[in-house]
Order: sequence, then structure tokens, then C-alpha cells
Amino acid sequence: MSTRALRACLLLSPAALFRHTVLLATGALILVPFVWMVSLSIKPPGEIFRTSFSFWPVQFYGVENYTKAVTKAPLPRYLGNGVMICALILALQILVCAPCAYALAKHRFAGRDTLFGLVLIGLLLPHQVLSLPLFILGYQLGILNTYAALVFPYVVSPFGIFLFRQFFKTIPDDVVHAARLDGLSEIAIVWKMMVPMALPAVIAFAIFSIVSHWNDLFWPLIAVHDQSLMPPPLGIMVFKSEEAGTDYGPLMAAATLVVLPLIVAFLGAQRWFVEGLAEGAIK
Amino acid sequence: MRGPRAISGAHHELSSRGGASRFRCPTASKAPGRGLRETLAAWILAGPSVFFLLMLYCLPVIGVFVIAFTDWRFGAATLSFVGLDNFREVIADEGFRSSLRNTAIYLLIVVPSTVSLGLLIALLIEGGKSCRSFYRAIHFLPFMATMSAMAIAWEALLHPTIGLVNQTLSAIGMPAANWLRDEHTVLPALAAIGIWQNLGFAMVLFLAGLKSIPKDIYDAADVDGADLWLDRLRTVTLPMLGPVSMFVVIVVALRAFASFDTVKVLTQGGPGHASEMLLYTLYRESFEYLRTGYGAAIAVVFLAIVVTLTLVQAHLMDRKVHYQ
Repeated sequence: MSTRALRACLLLSPAALFRHTVLLATGALILVPFVWMVSLSIKPPGEIFRTSFSFWPVQFYGVENYTKAVTKAPLPRYLGNGVMICALILALQILVCAPCAYALAKHRFAGRDTLFGLVLIGLLLPHQVLSLPLFILGYQLGILNTYAALVFPYVVSPFGIFLFRQFFKTIPDDVVHAARLDGLSEIAIVWKMMVPMALPAVIAFAIFSIVSHWNDLFWPLIAVHDQSLMPPPLGIMVFKSEEAGTDYGPLMAAATLVVLPLIVAFLGAQRWFVEGLAEGAIK
Repeated sequence: MRGPRAISGAHHELSSRGGASRFRCPTASKAPGRGLRETLAAWILAGPSVFFLLMLYCLPVIGVFVIAFTDWRFGAATLSFVGLDNFREVIADEGFRSSLRNTAIYLLIVVPSTVSLGLLIALLIEGGKSCRSFYRAIHFLPFMATMSAMAIAWEALLHPTIGLVNQTLSAIGMPAANWLRDEHTVLPALAAIGIWQNLGFAMVLFLAGLKSIPKDIYDAADVDGADLWLDRLRTVTLPMLGPVSMFVVIVVALRAFASFDTVKVLTQGGPGHASEMLLYTLYRESFEYLRTGYGAAIAVVFLAIVVTLTLVQAHLMDRKVHYQ
């Protein structure tokens, strides 16, 4: 066996060997923070503060740390908030954006270019710049420090409209005409034909939307101050400042639990994630 | 360059436009009153989007400009226009200037390193057949991991006594540092985290760029005698990646420019003002100190820089589309 393995190794050309060596090395470096985080999350305090490193602890302390993470901080609540906010934002975005994208893609109407210009302007504006007026708007509406405050700035997504429009345009006009002749209403065409046919775009957009809002710290920091409303990124920041950075084990356990859902989903649907996120970030 | 799907999307767009004119259904041709009815139907479909776009994008951006030219403070009943006073104050403020300087330094570290490492990794991944998606997944992981949680992991790594970084450095006889509490090391430390986070993003963009290089160019290069990998890299790959690289530089710069989470979670701009960056200054002035007019002026400066970068990016994208 060992000679065969050795031969397989020798069969690797120098170029391939170089490729794997470098990529494994950079990959390992990339993984260091993740590994360190998980490692600290299963160590007892004594071992964390010992100045010698090993990934696996002498005394496994994972159960204690993770129990502490979910009981001392309202971590389940944070995670639940995150799931709810992301789901709500995504549902509203698709509901609002898809009909508009359909109008832009398949209708010729007065003001279409102006509307598309509006979308492009929205695409250009970074959300942080709008945060001050949005904060004032939320204040005027009396919804600051509620779930509504976390959701309302994202009800419409210029990127969503843009992406859906792009995809709807690839659907032949004949399909739309046939549907109209069959007596389908315009809104039925959107939900029964366009959206199902543009499923790849919907999935890519869903991933982009969920990942950006699950990870967002900036707006929640402004919009809410009740711990019971906080999404995970804000919650874990508060957990850190309350613990004053001394109780590393439970803190790392909490961080792991916050990062974990997206990583699991990512490993399950890697291609979708890479495309959805890369496109979303370029816009 | 907008990634593989977008390219094919643009392509479809062209072909479907051609298709539409060829197969246009006779019933759809202009009956009297149809134009008006279609316009009405379209605006009804777009109605909710239009309302929210005006409410959540147009109104706020006008609002930012108005506030930036007034002395209004959040909660105050009155306001008066003060012209450019807020901007004069911003520019004269030593805190803002150091924030701008720090952001520039941060960008100067993050952008070149991220882009060149991303290119290197993309070239290596694309250079062989095996384990492609495995390597891509690993390098892309930080881009989607929750930054405020990963910042906590980084803090533990950079911890002066128990952190892995200092333990490794002292093991090989190098001087250790208190990375996040020393004004000379805090910015490079944050930049290292920025590189770690955005590397995979640059890599993915380059991978898409590499895939879009037509194979026959490589064949032509082969005929011309460029048969070594390095020759092909020099004569075909890198020149063909030129426009993509410019584009990646800007996109990464835009992301680095909006760095906030690491500053907020790890340093709060400290020690002193050593890690104060633009978006964090904007946040603190607007929402912690409630200096509303001043915060809005910073937002306008921030917007001006982002819009400039984005317009350059759009220009490059246009050029790329014309190439195809």
C-alpha cells in the first residue's frame, strides 16, 4: 500500500505538487481563525490561559461552554430574531420587487426609463449613507426599537429588481403572450410563470439577501437597543462587552453558533453561494 | 464583468431582444388605447416598488444633503441653513482628517494584497483539474462568515499573551506585540483581517474572468510557441485579465472602504484615533454624539467617494461588454 501511495505521490508533476502545496498552505491560514474559535470553545478556562497550544483540549469542556453560551446570554433568542428578520425581509423583497421587475422587463410604458433610472440610483447608494434619514423616518413612524425598524429599510431591493429584470428578459415574449391569451392576469403571470421560471435568480438573490442581513451589524446597532430584539451580530457584540472578554470559552461557543448556520448552508450549496454573493456584492 | 451568470444573462438579453422582434405576436401590436392600458398596468405592478424606492432611497438621500447644510440636531424643533459650515468643520476637524487618513492607509494595505493574493489563488486553482471546488470553498469561507463573530475569534488570535499569533512569533524568536492596543500595529492588524475576509471574493471574480478567456487564444499562443505555462501566463492570461483586474481593484476598494464591524467590535477607533475609519466616524458622530448636521456632512463625503468609485466601475463594465 505504502509503495503505491508513494508512487501516486511521485506521479504528481512538480507543477501539480507546487499547486497543492501553496493552496493547502493558504487554505490552512484562512481556516486558522475558524479552527482557533472552535478550539477555544471546547476548552476549560485553565487551558485557554495556558501558553501552549493544542487544538484538542486535555479536558473536554465543550458541553459547559455551549450550555453557558445559550443560557447566560439570550443566544437562542438572537438566533431566532435573525431567522425571523431575514425571512421577513426576503419575503417582502420578493413580493415587492418581482412585479416591478416584470413590468420593467416585459412592458413598454411611459416612464419606464425613468423607473429604471430610479432603480439604478438605488443600486448606487450605499445603505450606510441613508442611515441617518432612515433613523429619523423610523423615529417619526414610531417604530424604532421594534422588529419593524430592523426590516423596513430593506423592503425594496434595487438589486433584486435589477437581477429579476435581467432574468425575466431572458424569458421569451411568446410565453407571456400565450399566458395573456389564456386569460391569466398580469399578477398571475408574475407569480405563476415568471418567478418559477426565474428560480435560479430567485435562489441567488435569496442567498445574497439572507447572508447580508444575517451578517449586518451597522443598521441593527442603530435601529434597536432592546436585547430581546437583537439579531446575532449585535447580540454577540453585546455578549462580548458584558463578559468583558474574560470568559473566552462561552464567548467562542456563542461565536461558533452564530457563524455555523451560514457555513453549513454554504458547504451544502457552495456553487449557489459563490455566485449569489459575488454578484450581489458587485451589484 | 459580472460573474459567469451575468455574462450569460447579458447574452440572453441580446438574443431575446432579437427574438422578440422576430416573433412578435400580432395581437400585441398597437391597438388603440393599448398603450395607455399597458402603461397603467405596468405602473400598478411597479407601484409598491416605486413607493418604497422613493420613500427609502430618494427621500433619504435628499434628506442627507438637506441636513448637511443645516445646523439641525436630532430632536431639535428648529433649524436654519448654515451653508457649507458643516463641511468646513468636518475638513478642519483633526479627528475626521485622521479618520480619512486611516481609511486611505487601510485601503492601500488591503486592496493590493487582496487583489494580488486573490489572483494568485485563482490562477493556481484554475491551473489544475483536481480539488477545484474544495479550494474555492475554503478560500471563500471568510467572505460569508458573520464578521462581528469572527472579529471575536480574531481578537483571541491577536491576544497579547494567549493569542496564537504572539505564541507563534515568540516560538520562532520574533518580537510579539499587543496588536489591537498599540497605535502602530492596530491598523495593519485590522487590514490583515480585511485581507482575510475579502481574498475569497477577489478570487471568485478572477476565476470568472479566467473562465471567460476564449480557449482558442491559448491555442493560438501554442502555435506561436508559447508552450510553457509561464509564457502563456505572460502573453495571454495576464493581458486578458487586465480589465477584470481593474474592476476587482475597485470592487475590493469599495468593500474595504465600508469596513465597520471590525472597528466597532475590536477597537472603537482606538487607541487614540489610530484605527478610526470613515464609516465608524460617520456612525459615532451621527448616532452616539448625535451631531446630526456634522454626521450628514460626513455621509455626503462618504457618498461622493463611493459614487466616484462606482462610476469608474460602471465605466469599466461598459467597456467589458463592448469587448464581447
